[in-house]
Amino acid sequence: MSLQRVWRQYAPTIVLAVVVILLWELIVRVFNIERFLLPAPSAILANFTSNLDRLTHIGWFTTKEALGGFAIGCSLGILAAFVTARWTIINETILPFAIAANSVPILAFAPIVNNWFGVDNPLSKMVIVAVIVFFPMMINTLRGLTLVDRNALELMHSYAASEVEILLKLRVPNALPYMFQAFKLAAALSMIGAVVSEYFGGNRSALGVFITQEAALFRFESAWSAIIIACIVGITFYLVILFVERLVIPWHASFRTTEHG
Amino acid sequence: MTENNSAVSIRNVTKIFNQGRPNEVVALEDISLEIQPNEFVSLIGPSGCGKSTLLRIIAELLQPTRGEVQVYGKTAHQARLDQDYGFVFQSATLYDWRTVAKNVQLPLEVMGFSREQRKQRASEMLKLVELEGFENHYPWQLSGGMQQRVSIARALSFNPKLLLMDEPFGALDEMTRERMNLELQRIWDRTQTTIVFVTHSIPEAVFLSSRVVLLSPRPGRITEILDIDLPMPRAWEVREDPHYFELVNHLRDTLRAIEGGVQ
Ligand SMILES: Nc1ncnc2c1ncn2[C@@H]1O[C@H](COP(=O)(O)OP(=O)(O)OP(=O)(O)O)[C@@H](O)[C@H]1O
Ligand SMILES: [Mg+2]
Repeated sequence: MSLQRVWRQYAPTIVLAVVVILLWELIVRVFNIERFLLPAPSAILANFTSNLDRLTHIGWFTTKEALGGFAIGCSLGILAAFVTARWTIINETILPFAIAANSVPILAFAPIVNNWFGVDNPLSKMVIVAVIVFFPMMINTLRGLTLVDRNALELMHSYAASEVEILLKLRVPNALPYMFQAFKLAAALSMIGAVVSEYFGGNRSALGVFITQEAALFRFESAWSAIIIACIVGITFYLVILFVERLVIPWHASFRTTEHG
Repeated sequence: MTENNSAVSIRNVTKIFNQGRPNEVVALEDISLEIQPNEFVSLIGPSGCGKSTLLRIIAELLQPTRGEVQVYGKTAHQARLDQDYGFVFQSATLYDWRTVAKNVQLPLEVMGFSREQRKQRASEMLKLVELEGFENHYPWQLSGGMQQRVSIARALSFNPKLLLMDEPFGALDEMTRERMNLELQRIWDRTQTTIVFVTHSIPEAVFLSSRVVLLSPRPGRITEILDIDLPMPRAWEVREDPHYFELVNHLRDTLRAIEGGVQ
């Protein structure tokens, strides 16, 4: 991709972001909005740059929790999907449960899980994140493994291919796009899960704890700075997955260009 | 059951889908047909008469409700395990995640050919279907006709003893289709495989086949088996032969008559 094309692709997004921030600044100044309602972007930025060290420290603390939970939840979800896909009967019994469980607001359990593992223990946040991420990961992987084109499957049967070969050469590649869909969802969910479960208590150097504390002490600019950190981590996480996706499934429809090359 | 050396031996095959349920469909009724080695047999008949179902039963992708199928003296099951079948579907059914060359190599991988052999076979086959230079393209970068040619190359790559083709040229334009007809005729002549071919096109069936089997609308039964006694191997000129026209017209009239019976 040429630089010019990258620019053309993302220019509207960047322009929109700049416009929103400028409008925000303008509105806060013109209407003289109280800073506990909405601080001006310039004020947030000033706070952000002067506290950068502390912010990166707490940001990294929470990011580790999110990453840990993501890794545990996704691995278990994928594992569960493979086991379930292997046996149709289990598949048909478990899927409705998984779908039901997926719509349970798991964050509501955060205070309970905090008690189980100790509020200070990062593991309590990882467990919450893992549980949140598990179900979409499992359901999507399972879909990918089982929703295989009929002819594509018959082709394999016509070669008398074994179940293992069908799994490796057909089901897994077919599941990859579904899995990346789930990874992207899980990336967003894991950051949200980690920060929000810290709202119910956690280590002093955790992002969620910091945000509640600063807000309670009327230091709104620094609460907002922490939120920015959370956004940056979330977006970076998402972009990393997008990048890996391009490497792993370059053949997928979402990357097709109409031109050559 | 007597011993025989047919390539395909279909005996009293009946297929009923969803038997005993309200949506029961009798797709095929009492089909019996012997196909000799190196024959080219076309199945032709109205839409929904069970042509694809019959191909699937021969390849043991479906079980017949009654009757049995033997392939080179073996059960269809054994023939499948022996990897005797090359199947070409109506849609090309290429794997999106594989390049053209890798798609052609798929059966070779399953069948345990060495890397060298796979490469060599794939490039031979792609040459045969005139797709040299497209080895590293992905399926979506090819036209429908090119995709179908890849799927034919894939089916031929391991020299199957029996080639089953379900309307392989249905999606092609007239020009490409005629060229593919010539090509297939040449491939058949060279490889000496037995081919069972499903088509909607009467001229295509007559041009390619040694015999044409006409099926009636649901439930599919054999209405007529027509020997195509035109000289082999067939060249373009066959299509100007008066006898060719006779055969085409005869099939057209018969098909119209049996289709008229239900409409
Ligand atoms: N899996 C299935 N379950 C139920 N009915 C089926 C199934 N497959 C085919 N049928 C029915 O069997 C009949 C024959 O289908 P088949 O696909 O063999 O027809 P066909 O001759 O190949 O038609 P076409 O020329 O349109 O491809 C149809 O009425 C179809 O609805
Ligand atoms: Mg059909």
